[in-house]
Amino acid sequence: MSLLVALTLFVLAVFLGLELITKVPATLHTPLMSGSNAVSGITLIGAMVSAGADHSTLATWLGFVAVVLATVNVVGGFLVTGRMLAMFTSRKSHRSPPDSEARS
Amino acid sequence: MSRPDVVDAAYLVAAVLFVLGLKSLARPRTASRGNLLGASAMFVAIMATLLDRAIVDVRVLLSGLVVGAAIGVVLALRVRMTAMPQLVALFNGFGGGASVLVALASFVEMVDLGQVDNRSSVSAVLTALIGAVTLTGSMVAFAKLQEVGGLRGFPGLATVRAVAAIVAVVAAVMVVARPEDVGWLWALVAAGAVLGVLGTLAIGGADMPVVIALLNSCSGVAASTAGFVLDNPLLIIAGSLVGASGLILTQIMCRSMNRSLVNVVFGSLSAGGAPDADDVYGDRVTATSAEEVAMLLEVAERVVIVPGYGLAVAQAQHAVRDLMRTLGNQGTEVTFGIHPVAGRMPGHMNVLLAEAEIDYEFLLDMDQVNPTFPQTDVTIVIGANDVVNPSARTDPDSPIAGMPILDVDGSRTVVVIKRSLSPGFAGIPNPLFANDGTLLLFGDGKDAVLDIVAALLAG
Repeated sequence: MSLLVALTLFVLAVFLGLELITKVPATLHTPLMSGSNAVSGITLIGAMVSAGADHSTLATWLGFVAVVLATVNVVGGFLVTGRMLAMFTSRKSHRSPPDSEARS
Repeated sequence: MSRPDVVDAAYLVAAVLFVLGLKSLARPRTASRGNLLGASAMFVAIMATLLDRAIVDVRVLLSGLVVGAAIGVVLALRVRMTAMPQLVALFNGFGGGASVLVALASFVEMVDLGQVDNRSSVSAVLTALIGAVTLTGSMVAFAKLQEVGGLRGFPGLATVRAVAAIVAVVAAVMVVARPEDVGWLWALVAAGAVLGVLGTLAIGGADMPVVIALLNSCSGVAASTAGFVLDNPLLIIAGSLVGASGLILTQIMCRSMNRSLVNVVFGSLSAGGAPDADDVYGDRVTATSAEEVAMLLEVAERVVIVPGYGLAVAQAQHAVRDLMRTLGNQGTEVTFGIHPVAGRMPGHMNVLLAEAEIDYEFLLDMDQVNPTFPQTDVTIVIGANDVVNPSARTDPDSPIAGMPILDVDGSRTVVVIKRSLSPGFAGIPNPLFANDGTLLLFGDGKDAVLDIVAALLAG
């Protein structure tokens, strides 16, 4: 990919991001933040290549730590966002007291 | 299709899913689906990457995935909603840290193979700097939110910050000029780490929502610049989307405090224009009891509850829900007035009240709730201070002058539940407390609310 193509992608994606996230209700500020935070864990796919390329011991270990950090970011981020959003939405669907297994 | 084509096609699918996911996340009815779309996008991207020809040994990689996923699951399922700001800060820092390490690893590799050009060194410089600032800045934010003591500015902070900035600039120039000396990139990471710490150390609790939103944006930008190093279009796209959305959130938060971003990061609130607390309060503060508040509430037709960070500290969200239901049963209309920067991260109060199963229809934004105060019989302020301080409107010399506030003083009676008359994070007294229509109910937020509920049920 030439530098100009890469810059084009960058600029267009920034504009797209600005357009997508306008007029977000306050209720969604936190889930949006933690959800988009999980998306920024996309750096994981770069980390995977570093960890798996078997280039040098240093690069592999840097890659390994990067994979761990990014995976925590991704898995934890989407999961916790899901938990929050479930609190926002599930109320009407099951008003009945939750069964005891639900929290285990 | 050849294998690289399959990978690229999968990245295109993932990019589309990320866009749709973020779009859906910004709307209440589709937010859950948006989160799932984002997670699916990530899954597609990970699976495609496993096909990448550059990966020759998956053992290290897979063990990293397993370890990271296990930690992520435990953290996400165990966290209490009151600790959500800390967790978001922590995840954010991890994302920034991962981008730094990726940039380091691939830069070291490129140097070994003699493939470094200006583009990769400049991108590595940006990733190292932004990622390191995000990592340590988020860690300091995390520690502050965990209430680890002793984290504040010190004399000479600005000087140390300037020195670190100069070191960063020199190191950045050297990385581009002499990429084969990898030590300069490490020096840059170190300087960035110091800048991240110093940048967040002096920032007050009330500014936390801005800082968290800004760091969120930075972690996206770091992923994007890492994409320039790796020549990976998906990193560039997804990273910039997050960078842009984080910036919008930052802007919303800054506007809610009538402060510029530069002012939040580099300035500090001056206590200079603040009047003395004794002059403001004198003997005009009226204390009340839970029974008296209950009597007021029994005859009230309209009640607004204004929560602040103190509600989170006191874990009073469930008690508040009980109060709302008790009042609802006697036919009183109850709504919540939520300031955009109440709490420690954007939307903090909404999450807490949702945890207590309070429907978000009853949570009103500042613009919605302000016109209703004149028709409100009782406003109950729980653990909020600066966001209801009328000095912002009336005193042009006040440190918070011009900040949009909730005009609770427009309602007939204001009940403020507070531990003491200590000032909020802006460090200034609140004339609201001395108003004729204001009653102070001293005590822990949760206990006080439960006492009011008990008094209502008894009476």
